[in-house]
Amino acid sequence: MKPATATAEPRWLRWVLTAAALGFLAINLALPLAAVFIEGFRKGIAAYAAAIAEPDAISALKLTLIVAAIAVPLNIIIGLSASWAIAKFDFRFKPFLVTLIDLPFSVSPVVAGLIYVLLFGMQGWLGPWLQANDIQILFAVPGLVLATIFVTFPFVARELIPLMQEQGRDEEEAALSLGASGLSTFWHVTLPNIRWGLLYGVLLCNARAMGEFGAVSVVSGHIRGKTNTLPLHIEILYNEYNFAAAFAVASLLAGLALVTLLLKSLLEWRYAGQLAGRGH
Amino acid sequence: MTSGILQRQPSILPGFGLTMGITVLALSITVLIPLSAVFITSAGMGWDGFVAAAFSRRALAAYRLSFGAAAAAAAINAVFGLLTAWVLVRYDFFGKKIVSALVDLPFALPTAVAGIALTALYAPNGWLGRWLVPLGIDIAFTPLGVVVALIFVGLPFVVRTVEPVLADLGADVEEAAASLGASRRQTFVRVILPAISPALLTGCALAFARGVGEYGSVIFIAGNMPFRSEIAPLLIIVQLEQYNTAAATAIAATMLVISFGLLFAINYVQGWQRRVRGI
Repeated sequence: MKPATATAEPRWLRWVLTAAALGFLAINLALPLAAVFIEGFRKGIAAYAAAIAEPDAISALKLTLIVAAIAVPLNIIIGLSASWAIAKFDFRFKPFLVTLIDLPFSVSPVVAGLIYVLLFGMQGWLGPWLQANDIQILFAVPGLVLATIFVTFPFVARELIPLMQEQGRDEEEAALSLGASGLSTFWHVTLPNIRWGLLYGVLLCNARAMGEFGAVSVVSGHIRGKTNTLPLHIEILYNEYNFAAAFAVASLLAGLALVTLLLKSLLEWRYAGQLAGRGH
Repeated sequence: MTSGILQRQPSILPGFGLTMGITVLALSITVLIPLSAVFITSAGMGWDGFVAAAFSRRALAAYRLSFGAAAAAAAINAVFGLLTAWVLVRYDFFGKKIVSALVDLPFALPTAVAGIALTALYAPNGWLGRWLVPLGIDIAFTPLGVVVALIFVGLPFVVRTVEPVLADLGADVEEAAASLGASRRQTFVRVILPAISPALLTGCALAFARGVGEYGSVIFIAGNMPFRSEIAPLLIIVQLEQYNTAAATAIAATMLVISFGLLFAINYVQGWQRRVRGI
């Protein structure tokens, strides 16, 4: 620690403040994280493995992976499009469009699920038509994907827009004036400049997509082995007082969260200058 | 052509029409049209029907809990979030990088996992509950449990908003204050706090907005008793499960209007913050 000067706190105060902050973080963040793993292994490794290998858990895991595998790439396309249009061009209503893209962050996940019930439910706008044509959206994969796209909508775009705005359009204009096509300019000039920012946004988007609970809870219908994602499977196990199994499955998602945090931190340490708003 | 109407300055870069088209189409299909369904369905209920559903006694109790607990959690996070940001920016200690990464845990950990973990800690037989309950502090299955869950969820919003502003704060102003005879305490209250207060306010508003709508981390620890520990998002689900879509929609519309009001307030504060910081 630095010695006490006129612009630093005395040593004892620094010590007290650090201890208070670490104590707060230990109780509020580290303890819940530890509890997931300890409760998951409470009944031993065999019970842990059984809870994860159980058919309903496997099908929930598969569904979670399928939903993320559809929702995340779609969000990448949308996020890249939005940030290209917003960062590289000048147009009216730009701040308004940015606000609209951020909108899902201020909507409750439960409301995010409800809106699709209003559209596609039996009493919804398109419900009767969907049923007449035998198309299932609610209580099926399409509904889960839509709700997931809604809650993850801003992640990629809000990471890329400020980054691409900082970088300007000189390099793209140079490539184009030298005769490169639009697509090859994007591929060879823009993408290498934004790749770490894109990866950063995708990491957060994926973590949310695999962990989303409220929104998918409304549209899933909770059909065991069919429309339950991992977070919903955890809820069912927990409500059946099958705590050890609930925490065993939860530890899978906690592991995903730890990997996400690790990769995110690595990106922040190594490529700070190539992420939006960091290292400048 | 859309670019002709929208574009202010012509550009040699291609793809405006395509990327703008994808953006507006995706935004309309997944966000705007579905959200408008809430308001159109609400409008179809008639004023009296809407008020009866959106402002029933049970709904009012749920709003009070959701907004009250979110405000309490945001206030607590203002103190501990500022403290955490301060310690991370100003002091060096062993394991600081790990601690800094851990602050983002609530962003990465699924809410349902956080919910059952917090419940396991604060339940009467849990790690913390077994010490707190004999002292008369019941957290699990009470409104206090909602506050505890929302503190967890909201913390990184405050820390991550305050941190960069605190780091950018030049040493010169603090040196000037000290050389003019200010105590460290006076420097903090008169110089540092005013400079970071817009960021602190923004972080708290973000945490508050998130807390109002939070569902997954809350429902396990809350107890979910109507009128007492039932949050507004849960009431929407309860109404949906009873096939009372109209009541669910009316409550959702009320929450959306308040959330959008908050969003505009946050945008305004952020604009003010940018002007204060001169960037």
